Amino acid sequence: MVLFPGSNCEHDVVAAIEGLGGTAELVWHGDRSLHGVDVVVLPGGFAHGDYLRPGAIARFSPVMAAVTDHAAAGGVVIGICNGFQVLAEAGLLPGALQKNRGLKFLCRTVELRVETARSALTTEVPVGTILHVPINHFEGNYTCSPETLAELRADERVVFRYVDNPNGSIDDIAGICSTGRNVVGLMPHPERACDELTGSADGRPLLRSLLTAGLATRPA
Amino acid sequence: MKFPVLVEVKLREGIADPQGATIERALPALGFAGVEGVRVGKAIRFMVEAPDETAARALVTKLCERFLTNPVIEDADITVG
Repeated sequence: MVLFPGSNCEHDVVAAIEGLGGTAELVWHGDRSLHGVDVVVLPGGFAHGDYLRPGAIARFSPVMAAVTDHAAAGGVVIGICNGFQVLAEAGLLPGALQKNRGLKFLCRTVELRVETARSALTTEVPVGTILHVPINHFEGNYTCSPETLAELRADERVVFRYVDNPNGSIDDIAGICSTGRNVVGLMPHPERACDELTGSADGRPLLRSLLTAGLATRPA
Repeated sequence: MKFPVLVEVKLREGIADPQGATIERALPALGFAGVEGVRVGKAIRFMVEAPDETAARALVTKLCERFLTNPVIEDADITVG
């Protein structure tokens, strides 16, 4: 877990990962090393206060060079909410996240449709599965050029779509992956959907996929 | 030399601007009729050290591309001097 000043979902992810039998550690954004982890998660929150634009300053944090190297070597990198915004700003994923259509901060559970099982987050979830996962964002309105959209669709790189688009995202997109399918960004928070007691456990298969993908991509 | 710089960041044409649209919708209720095409951006002012104005402009252009704007959705108008 990369911890930026202003991140606020990192302990939720740590708890969710540990609940699934994984181990997690926090890596400060000023650190230049990832300490040999298998999976990098950029958490939700407001890295560097979201000043200028969400993710605009975080992409220059010292740790991001190591994150970029990890991704280039095929390592798994996941960006959740603000983490997705950081990945988009860093150019690790195409497109950008704009203010929500309607200008409302949205905090509620939404329905997501899994659009591909070929991503680090969805290997254990069949295509077409509807998941109940919370969103919690002001700038989650995904946008990209028509060329990028055509590419994402042709390569099956749209990982999740909203069943009922809450924020104006182009093509109902809630999450996408890189050409290598090892970098995934999504606005909804799977770590907040890990226990029936708090409304939904639909995030668990996503994070299980993540742990599996992490082991599969571990250097021999 | 030091040059004063004004960078105006604006959403690219064709990119929806929910802030501008909300302001525009609110205006008639406040008694302002006939206002249209509202777009909201950012103005960023600073000083830059450079040998001449051309060099200053080149530096600011690079700064805009790399940091001050997100080229996927934004453009910048740069005023030097």
